[in-house]
Amino acid sequence: MTLALAVDISLTLLVLAVAGWIIAVRDTFAAMIGFVAYGLLLALVWVRLAAPDVALTEAAIGGGLTGALLIGAAARLRGTEAAARAEYPGALTRTLAAVLAVTVAAALAIGVLALPDPTPTLAPAAAANLATTGVGNPVTAVLLAFRAMDTLLEAIVVLLALLGVWSLAPDRAWGGCPGPRRLVDPDGVLAWLARLLPPIGIVVGLYIFWIGADLPGGKFQGATILAAMWLLVIWAGLADTPPISRTWLRVLLVAGPLVFIVIGFAGSITAGAVLAYPEGHAKPLIVAIEIALMPTLVLTLALLVAGAPQRIPPQ
Amino acid sequence: MNTPTLFGLCAVALVGVGLYGLIVNPQPLRKILAFNLIGSGVFLLFGAIARRGAAVGMGGDPVPQALLITGIVVAFSATALAVALVLRLFDEAGSVTLAPDAPAEPPDA
Repeated sequence: MTLALAVDISLTLLVLAVAGWIIAVRDTFAAMIGFVAYGLLLALVWVRLAAPDVALTEAAIGGGLTGALLIGAAARLRGTEAAARAEYPGALTRTLAAVLAVTVAAALAIGVLALPDPTPTLAPAAAANLATTGVGNPVTAVLLAFRAMDTLLEAIVVLLALLGVWSLAPDRAWGGCPGPRRLVDPDGVLAWLARLLPPIGIVVGLYIFWIGADLPGGKFQGATILAAMWLLVIWAGLADTPPISRTWLRVLLVAGPLVFIVIGFAGSITAGAVLAYPEGHAKPLIVAIEIALMPTLVLTLALLVAGAPQRIPPQ
Repeated sequence: MNTPTLFGLCAVALVGVGLYGLIVNPQPLRKILAFNLIGSGVFLLFGAIARRGAAVGMGGDPVPQALLITGIVVAFSATALAVALVLRLFDEAGSVTLAPDAPAEPPDA
Protein backbone atom coordinates (compact mmCIF):
# COMPACT_ATOMS: atom_id res chain seq x y z
CA MET A 1 0.00 0.00 0.00
CA THR A 2 1.47 3.32 -1.01
CA LEU A 3 1.52 6.37 1.24
CA ALA A 4 -0.87 8.24 -1.09
CA LEU A 5 -3.46 5.48 -0.84
CA ALA A 6 -3.09 5.45 2.95
CA VAL A 7 -3.80 9.19 3.00
CA ASP A 8 -6.84 8.68 0.76
CA ILE A 9 -8.23 5.91 2.94
CA SER A 10 -7.78 7.93 6.15
CA LEU A 11 -9.40 10.94 4.47
CA THR A 12 -12.35 8.80 3.37
CA LEU A 13 -12.82 7.39 6.87
CA LEU A 14 -12.59 10.86 8.39
CA VAL A 15 -15.16 12.31 5.95
CA LEU A 16 -17.55 9.43 6.61
CA ALA A 17 -17.08 9.70 10.39
CA VAL A 18 -17.85 13.45 10.35
CA ALA A 19 -20.85 12.87 8.06
CA GLY A 20 -22.22 10.18 10.38
CA TRP A 21 -21.66 12.44 13.38
CA ILE A 22 -23.48 15.35 11.67
CA ILE A 23 -26.52 13.13 11.23
CA ALA A 24 -26.37 11.42 14.63
CA VAL A 25 -25.53 14.28 17.01
CA ARG A 26 -28.45 15.56 19.08
CA ASP A 27 -27.53 19.24 19.19
CA THR A 28 -28.35 20.97 15.88
CA PHE A 29 -25.87 23.75 16.56
CA ALA A 30 -23.09 21.18 16.95
CA ALA A 31 -24.17 19.50 13.69
CA MET A 32 -23.81 22.82 11.86
CA ILE A 33 -20.29 23.33 13.22
CA GLY A 34 -19.56 19.78 12.08
CA PHE A 35 -20.77 20.69 8.60
CA VAL A 36 -18.11 23.42 8.30
CA ALA A 37 -15.40 20.90 9.23
CA TYR A 38 -16.96 18.47 6.74
CA GLY A 39 -16.75 21.11 3.97
CA LEU A 40 -13.05 21.66 4.66
CA LEU A 41 -12.37 17.89 4.64
CA LEU A 42 -14.23 17.61 1.33
CA ALA A 43 -12.01 20.38 -0.04
CA LEU A 44 -9.01 18.12 0.73
CA VAL A 45 -10.75 15.28 -1.12
CA TRP A 46 -11.16 17.58 -4.13
CA VAL A 47 -7.43 18.32 -4.05
CA ARG A 48 -6.76 14.57 -4.05
CA LEU A 49 -9.09 14.28 -7.06
CA ALA A 50 -6.94 16.84 -8.92
CA ALA A 51 -9.74 19.43 -8.93
CA PRO A 52 -8.25 22.49 -7.17
CA ASP A 53 -10.92 24.81 -8.63
CA VAL A 54 -13.66 22.70 -7.08
CA ALA A 55 -11.67 22.48 -3.82
CA LEU A 56 -11.62 26.27 -3.54
CA THR A 57 -15.34 26.48 -4.27
CA GLU A 58 -16.16 23.74 -1.75
CA ALA A 59 -14.09 25.34 1.01
CA ALA A 60 -15.46 28.83 0.34
CA ILE A 61 -19.12 28.14 -0.49
CA GLY A 62 -19.84 24.54 0.55
CA GLY A 63 -18.18 24.85 3.95
CA GLY A 64 -17.88 28.56 4.61
CA LEU A 65 -20.98 30.37 3.36
CA THR A 66 -23.38 27.43 3.76
CA GLY A 67 -21.96 26.83 7.22
CA ALA A 68 -22.42 30.48 8.23
CA LEU A 69 -25.99 30.40 6.92
CA LEU A 70 -26.87 27.19 8.78
CA ILE A 71 -25.17 28.21 12.03
CA GLY A 72 -27.11 31.49 11.99
CA ALA A 73 -30.40 29.64 11.42
CA ALA A 74 -29.61 27.04 14.11
CA ALA A 75 -28.93 29.80 16.62
CA ARG A 76 -32.32 31.39 15.89
CA LEU A 77 -34.19 28.08 16.06
CA ARG A 78 -32.49 26.86 19.24
CA GLY A 79 -35.71 27.16 21.23
CA THR A 80 -37.53 24.68 18.98
CA GLU A 81 -35.02 21.92 19.64
CA ALA A 82 -36.64 20.43 22.73
CA ALA A 83 -40.06 20.11 21.06
CA ALA A 84 -38.54 18.28 18.09
CA ARG A 85 -37.08 15.58 20.34
CA ALA A 86 -40.58 14.17 20.81
CA GLU A 87 -41.05 13.82 17.05
CA TYR A 88 -38.22 11.37 16.45
CA PRO A 89 -39.62 8.38 14.56
CA GLY A 90 -39.86 4.94 16.12
CA ALA A 91 -37.55 1.96 15.68
CA LEU A 92 -39.54 0.61 12.69
CA THR A 93 -39.24 3.81 10.65
CA ARG A 94 -35.57 4.08 11.53
CA THR A 95 -34.92 0.50 10.43
CA LEU A 96 -36.80 0.98 7.16
CA ALA A 97 -34.91 4.23 6.53
CA ALA A 98 -31.61 2.43 7.17
CA VAL A 99 -32.59 -0.40 4.81
CA LEU A 100 -33.56 2.12 2.11
CA ALA A 101 -30.34 4.11 2.58
CA VAL A 102 -28.18 0.96 2.39
CA THR A 103 -30.07 -0.26 -0.70
CA VAL A 104 -29.63 3.04 -2.53
CA ALA A 105 -25.95 3.21 -1.55
CA ALA A 106 -25.37 -0.40 -2.62
CA ALA A 107 -27.02 0.18 -6.00
CA LEU A 108 -24.85 3.26 -6.55
CA ALA A 109 -21.75 1.36 -5.41
CA ILE A 110 -22.40 -1.31 -8.05
CA GLY A 111 -22.55 1.55 -10.56
CA VAL A 112 -19.23 2.96 -9.34
CA LEU A 113 -17.51 -0.42 -9.61
CA ALA A 114 -18.96 -1.01 -13.08
CA LEU A 115 -17.87 2.32 -14.61
CA PRO A 116 -16.57 1.88 -18.18
CA ASP A 117 -12.84 1.79 -18.78
CA PRO A 118 -11.48 3.92 -20.38
CA THR A 119 -13.87 6.64 -19.25
CA PRO A 120 -15.29 8.90 -21.96
CA THR A 121 -13.65 12.28 -21.50
CA LEU A 122 -13.86 15.74 -23.02
CA ALA A 123 -10.38 16.72 -21.79
CA PRO A 124 -8.72 16.31 -25.23
CA ALA A 125 -11.46 18.43 -26.86
CA ALA A 126 -11.05 21.10 -24.18
CA ALA A 127 -7.27 21.06 -24.59
CA ALA A 128 -7.52 21.33 -28.38
CA ASN A 129 -9.73 24.43 -28.22
CA LEU A 130 -8.18 26.09 -25.17
CA ALA A 131 -5.97 28.34 -27.32
CA THR A 132 -8.99 29.92 -29.06
CA THR A 133 -10.31 31.27 -25.72
CA GLY A 134 -7.06 32.92 -24.65
CA VAL A 135 -7.41 31.70 -21.05
CA GLY A 136 -5.01 29.18 -19.55
CA ASN A 137 -7.27 27.48 -16.99
CA PRO A 138 -9.38 24.84 -18.79
CA VAL A 139 -12.10 25.01 -16.09
CA THR A 140 -12.50 28.76 -16.64
CA ALA A 141 -12.59 28.13 -20.40
CA VAL A 142 -15.43 25.64 -19.89
CA LEU A 143 -17.29 28.00 -17.54
CA LEU A 144 -17.12 31.08 -19.76
CA ALA A 145 -16.65 29.80 -23.30
CA PHE A 146 -17.48 26.14 -24.01
CA ARG A 147 -20.39 25.95 -21.55
CA ALA A 148 -21.09 29.66 -21.03
CA MET A 149 -24.83 28.96 -21.12
CA ASP A 150 -24.57 27.07 -17.80
CA THR A 151 -22.78 29.94 -16.14
CA LEU A 152 -25.27 32.49 -17.46
CA LEU A 153 -28.21 30.47 -16.19
CA GLU A 154 -26.41 29.94 -12.88
CA ALA A 155 -25.93 33.68 -12.40
CA ILE A 156 -29.67 34.10 -13.00
CA VAL A 157 -30.59 31.21 -10.67
CA VAL A 158 -28.57 32.77 -7.85
CA LEU A 159 -30.39 36.06 -8.44
CA LEU A 160 -33.78 34.29 -8.48
CA ALA A 161 -32.92 32.60 -5.17
CA LEU A 162 -32.22 36.03 -3.69
CA LEU A 163 -35.57 37.30 -4.98
CA GLY A 164 -37.18 34.24 -3.39
CA VAL A 165 -35.52 34.97 -0.05
CA TRP A 166 -36.52 38.63 -0.21
CA SER A 167 -40.10 37.78 -1.06
CA LEU A 168 -40.33 35.98 2.29
CA ALA A 169 -40.12 39.31 4.10
CA PRO A 170 -43.16 40.39 6.13
CA ASP A 171 -45.10 43.08 4.24
CA ARG A 172 -44.10 45.89 6.58
CA ALA A 173 -40.40 45.07 6.20
CA TRP A 174 -40.41 45.08 2.39
CA GLY A 175 -37.67 47.40 1.21
CA GLY A 176 -35.98 47.30 4.60
CA CYS A 177 -32.65 45.96 5.84
CA PRO A 178 -32.02 42.20 5.87
CA GLY A 179 -31.20 40.54 9.18
CA PRO A 180 -31.35 41.86 12.72
CA ARG A 181 -29.46 44.96 13.81
CA ARG A 182 -26.10 43.81 15.15
CA LEU A 183 -25.09 45.21 18.50
CA VAL A 184 -21.58 44.07 19.23
CA ASP A 185 -18.97 45.33 21.66
CA PRO A 186 -16.98 47.84 19.54
CA ASP A 187 -13.79 46.89 21.40
CA GLY A 188 -14.45 43.13 21.26
CA VAL A 189 -12.56 40.45 19.38
CA LEU A 190 -15.14 40.31 16.57
CA ALA A 191 -14.91 44.04 15.88
CA TRP A 192 -11.13 43.80 16.06
CA LEU A 193 -11.06 40.96 13.51
CA ALA A 194 -13.54 42.84 11.32
CA ARG A 195 -11.04 45.69 11.14
CA LEU A 196 -7.97 43.50 10.73
CA LEU A 197 -9.09 40.85 8.22
CA PRO A 198 -10.95 42.71 5.41
CA PRO A 199 -7.85 44.44 3.91
CA ILE A 200 -6.14 41.05 3.67
CA GLY A 201 -9.32 39.28 2.54
CA ILE A 202 -10.04 41.82 -0.18
CA VAL A 203 -6.54 41.41 -1.64
CA VAL A 204 -6.79 37.59 -1.47
CA GLY A 205 -10.30 37.62 -3.00
CA LEU A 206 -9.31 39.88 -5.88
CA TYR A 207 -6.15 37.83 -6.48
CA ILE A 208 -8.11 34.58 -6.64
CA PHE A 209 -10.58 36.25 -8.98
CA TRP A 210 -7.84 37.57 -11.31
CA ILE A 211 -5.65 34.45 -11.30
CA GLY A 212 -8.66 32.31 -12.26
CA ALA A 213 -8.03 32.96 -15.96
CA ASP A 214 -4.84 30.91 -15.91
CA LEU A 215 -4.60 29.04 -12.61
CA PRO A 216 -7.10 27.52 -10.14
CA GLY A 217 -9.42 30.24 -8.89
CA GLY A 218 -12.10 32.38 -10.43
CA LYS A 219 -14.98 34.71 -9.84
CA PHE A 220 -17.12 32.44 -7.64
CA GLN A 221 -14.29 31.68 -5.23
CA GLY A 222 -13.07 35.29 -5.20
CA ALA A 223 -16.59 36.67 -4.82
CA THR A 224 -17.21 34.35 -1.87
CA ILE A 225 -14.15 35.64 -0.03
CA LEU A 226 -15.19 39.25 -0.64
CA ALA A 227 -18.75 38.45 0.47
CA ALA A 228 -17.37 36.84 3.64
CA MET A 229 -15.36 39.99 4.40
CA TRP A 230 -18.47 42.14 3.98
CA LEU A 231 -20.51 39.81 6.21
CA LEU A 232 -17.77 39.95 8.85
CA VAL A 233 -17.97 43.75 8.92
CA ILE A 234 -21.78 43.56 9.10
CA TRP A 235 -21.80 40.98 11.90
CA ALA A 236 -19.28 43.00 13.89
CA GLY A 237 -21.73 45.91 13.78
CA LEU A 238 -19.28 48.16 11.91
CA ALA A 239 -21.65 48.47 8.92
CA ASP A 240 -25.27 47.58 8.25
CA THR A 241 -26.90 45.65 5.46
CA PRO A 242 -28.29 48.03 2.82
CA PRO A 243 -32.07 48.41 2.57
CA ILE A 244 -33.14 46.27 -0.39
CA SER A 245 -35.01 49.21 -1.95
CA ARG A 246 -31.74 51.03 -2.73
CA THR A 247 -31.37 51.77 -6.46
CA TRP A 248 -27.59 51.23 -6.54
CA LEU A 249 -28.07 47.79 -5.02
CA ARG A 250 -30.67 46.73 -7.55
CA VAL A 251 -28.63 48.09 -10.47
CA LEU A 252 -25.54 46.18 -9.35
CA LEU A 253 -27.57 43.00 -8.82
CA VAL A 254 -28.79 42.90 -12.42
CA ALA A 255 -25.69 44.46 -14.03
CA GLY A 256 -23.66 41.22 -14.11
CA PRO A 257 -26.21 38.94 -15.79
CA LEU A 258 -27.25 41.83 -18.09
CA VAL A 259 -23.70 42.36 -19.38
CA PHE A 260 -23.40 38.58 -19.84
CA ILE A 261 -26.66 38.49 -21.84
CA VAL A 262 -25.71 41.51 -23.98
CA ILE A 263 -22.27 40.09 -24.83
CA GLY A 264 -23.86 36.68 -25.39
CA PHE A 265 -26.44 37.95 -27.87
CA ALA A 266 -23.90 40.23 -29.54
CA GLY A 267 -22.10 36.98 -30.34
CA SER A 268 -24.98 35.96 -32.61
CA ILE A 269 -24.12 38.96 -34.82
CA THR A 270 -20.34 39.09 -34.54
CA ALA A 271 -19.51 35.39 -34.24
CA GLY A 272 -22.51 33.60 -35.69
CA ALA A 273 -23.87 32.03 -32.51
CA VAL A 274 -25.34 33.11 -29.17
CA LEU A 275 -22.63 33.14 -26.46
CA ALA A 276 -19.89 32.72 -29.08
CA TYR A 277 -16.99 35.14 -29.10
CA PRO A 278 -15.51 36.70 -32.28
CA GLU A 279 -12.13 35.31 -33.29
CA GLY A 280 -9.27 36.89 -31.33
CA HIS A 281 -11.51 38.79 -28.91
CA ALA A 282 -12.48 35.94 -26.58
CA LYS A 283 -10.12 36.81 -23.71
CA PRO A 284 -11.14 40.52 -23.34
CA LEU A 285 -14.83 39.60 -23.55
CA ILE A 286 -14.44 36.83 -20.97
CA VAL A 287 -12.62 39.21 -18.64
CA ALA A 288 -15.35 41.85 -19.20
CA ILE A 289 -18.06 39.34 -18.24
CA GLU A 290 -16.13 38.24 -15.16
CA ILE A 291 -15.56 41.82 -13.99
CA ALA A 292 -19.26 42.63 -14.50
CA LEU A 293 -20.37 39.48 -12.67
CA MET A 294 -18.05 40.04 -9.72
CA PRO A 295 -19.99 42.80 -7.82
CA THR A 296 -23.27 41.02 -8.57
CA LEU A 297 -21.97 37.77 -7.10
CA VAL A 298 -20.44 39.42 -4.02
CA LEU A 299 -23.73 41.18 -3.23
CA THR A 300 -25.94 38.20 -4.03
CA LEU A 301 -23.93 35.66 -2.04
CA ALA A 302 -23.66 37.92 1.01
CA LEU A 303 -27.32 38.92 0.93
CA LEU A 304 -28.40 35.28 0.57
CA VAL A 305 -26.66 34.62 3.89
CA ALA A 306 -28.11 37.81 5.43
CA GLY A 307 -31.63 36.54 4.69
CA ALA A 308 -34.99 38.19 4.25
CA PRO A 309 -35.55 41.86 5.13
CA GLN A 310 -36.69 42.12 8.74
CA ARG A 311 -36.59 45.79 9.63
CA ILE A 312 -38.91 48.55 8.52
CA PRO A 313 -37.29 50.59 5.73
CA PRO A 314 -35.87 54.01 6.65
CA GLN A 315 -37.99 56.90 5.49
CA MET B 1 -8.18 0.06 -5.44
CA ASN B 2 -7.33 3.42 -6.99
CA THR B 3 -8.15 6.93 -5.78
CA PRO B 4 -11.22 7.66 -7.97
CA THR B 5 -12.88 4.35 -7.06
CA LEU B 6 -12.17 4.88 -3.36
CA PHE B 7 -13.68 8.37 -3.34
CA GLY B 8 -16.51 7.15 -5.57
CA LEU B 9 -17.43 4.63 -2.89
CA CYS B 10 -17.04 7.33 -0.23
CA ALA B 11 -19.51 9.47 -2.23
CA VAL B 12 -21.96 6.58 -2.39
CA ALA B 13 -21.76 6.13 1.39
CA LEU B 14 -22.37 9.87 1.87
CA VAL B 15 -25.55 9.62 -0.20
CA GLY B 16 -26.69 6.75 2.01
CA VAL B 17 -25.88 8.58 5.26
CA GLY B 18 -27.61 11.74 4.02
CA LEU B 19 -30.70 9.84 2.88
CA TYR B 20 -31.03 8.20 6.30
CA GLY B 21 -30.71 11.57 8.05
CA LEU B 22 -33.23 13.16 5.69
CA ILE B 23 -35.87 10.58 6.60
CA VAL B 24 -35.16 10.10 10.29
CA ASN B 25 -34.51 13.60 11.62
CA PRO B 26 -37.77 15.52 12.16
CA GLN B 27 -36.27 19.04 12.28
CA PRO B 28 -36.48 20.93 8.97
CA LEU B 29 -33.05 22.47 9.45
CA ARG B 30 -31.51 19.02 9.95
CA LYS B 31 -33.32 17.80 6.84
CA ILE B 32 -31.75 20.67 4.87
CA LEU B 33 -28.37 19.65 6.31
CA ALA B 34 -28.93 15.99 5.37
CA PHE B 35 -29.99 17.06 1.89
CA ASN B 36 -26.71 18.94 1.58
CA LEU B 37 -24.88 15.73 2.54
CA ILE B 38 -26.68 13.86 -0.26
CA GLY B 39 -25.80 16.71 -2.62
CA SER B 40 -22.13 16.63 -1.68
CA GLY B 41 -22.14 12.86 -2.21
CA VAL B 42 -23.56 13.31 -5.71
CA PHE B 43 -20.97 16.01 -6.43
CA LEU B 44 -18.17 13.79 -5.16
CA LEU B 45 -19.33 10.88 -7.33
CA PHE B 46 -19.33 13.21 -10.34
CA GLY B 47 -15.86 14.43 -9.33
CA ALA B 48 -14.54 10.87 -9.08
CA ILE B 49 -15.82 10.22 -12.61
CA ALA B 50 -14.17 13.47 -13.76
CA ARG B 51 -10.87 12.25 -12.27
CA ARG B 52 -11.16 9.04 -14.26
CA GLY B 53 -11.37 11.19 -17.39
CA ALA B 54 -7.83 12.53 -16.87
CA ALA B 55 -6.11 12.91 -20.23
CA VAL B 56 -3.68 15.04 -22.24
CA GLY B 57 -1.87 16.28 -19.16
CA MET B 58 -5.05 17.41 -17.35
CA GLY B 59 -5.67 15.94 -13.89
CA GLY B 60 -9.33 15.43 -14.68
CA ASP B 61 -11.99 16.16 -17.27
CA PRO B 62 -12.49 19.97 -16.99
CA VAL B 63 -16.11 19.89 -18.19
CA PRO B 64 -17.55 18.02 -15.15
CA GLN B 65 -15.27 20.09 -12.89
CA ALA B 66 -16.79 23.31 -14.23
CA LEU B 67 -20.30 21.87 -13.85
CA LEU B 68 -19.42 20.97 -10.25
CA ILE B 69 -18.53 24.59 -9.46
CA THR B 70 -21.87 25.64 -10.94
CA GLY B 71 -23.60 22.90 -8.94
CA ILE B 72 -22.05 23.91 -5.61
CA VAL B 73 -23.10 27.54 -6.10
CA VAL B 74 -26.65 26.54 -7.05
CA ALA B 75 -26.85 24.16 -4.06
CA PHE B 76 -25.87 27.05 -1.79
CA SER B 77 -28.60 29.27 -3.32
CA ALA B 78 -31.21 26.57 -2.84
CA THR B 79 -30.07 26.05 0.76
CA ALA B 80 -30.36 29.78 1.44
CA LEU B 81 -33.91 29.79 0.06
CA ALA B 82 -34.86 26.72 2.12
CA VAL B 83 -33.43 28.24 5.30
CA ALA B 84 -35.32 31.49 4.63
CA LEU B 85 -38.54 29.48 4.27
CA VAL B 86 -37.94 27.71 7.60
CA LEU B 87 -37.17 30.98 9.37
CA ARG B 88 -40.35 32.57 7.96
CA LEU B 89 -42.34 29.54 9.14
CA PHE B 90 -40.81 30.04 12.59
CA ASP B 91 -41.72 33.74 12.59
CA GLU B 92 -45.30 32.99 11.54
CA ALA B 93 -46.06 29.89 13.60
CA GLY B 94 -43.59 30.07 16.49
CA SER B 95 -42.49 26.51 15.81
CA VAL B 96 -40.96 24.68 12.88
CA THR B 97 -42.56 21.27 13.16
CA LEU B 98 -43.47 19.34 10.03
CA ALA B 99 -45.81 17.00 11.93
CA PRO B 100 -49.22 17.02 10.20
CA ASP B 101 -51.36 17.06 13.36
CA ALA B 102 -49.34 19.59 15.34
CA PRO B 103 -51.46 22.49 16.64
CA ALA B 104 -50.38 25.76 15.03
CA GLU B 105 -49.79 27.99 18.01
CA PRO B 106 -49.31 31.67 17.26
CA PRO B 107 -46.24 33.20 18.91
CA ASP B 108 -46.83 35.19 22.07
CA ALA B 109 -47.06 38.74 20.86
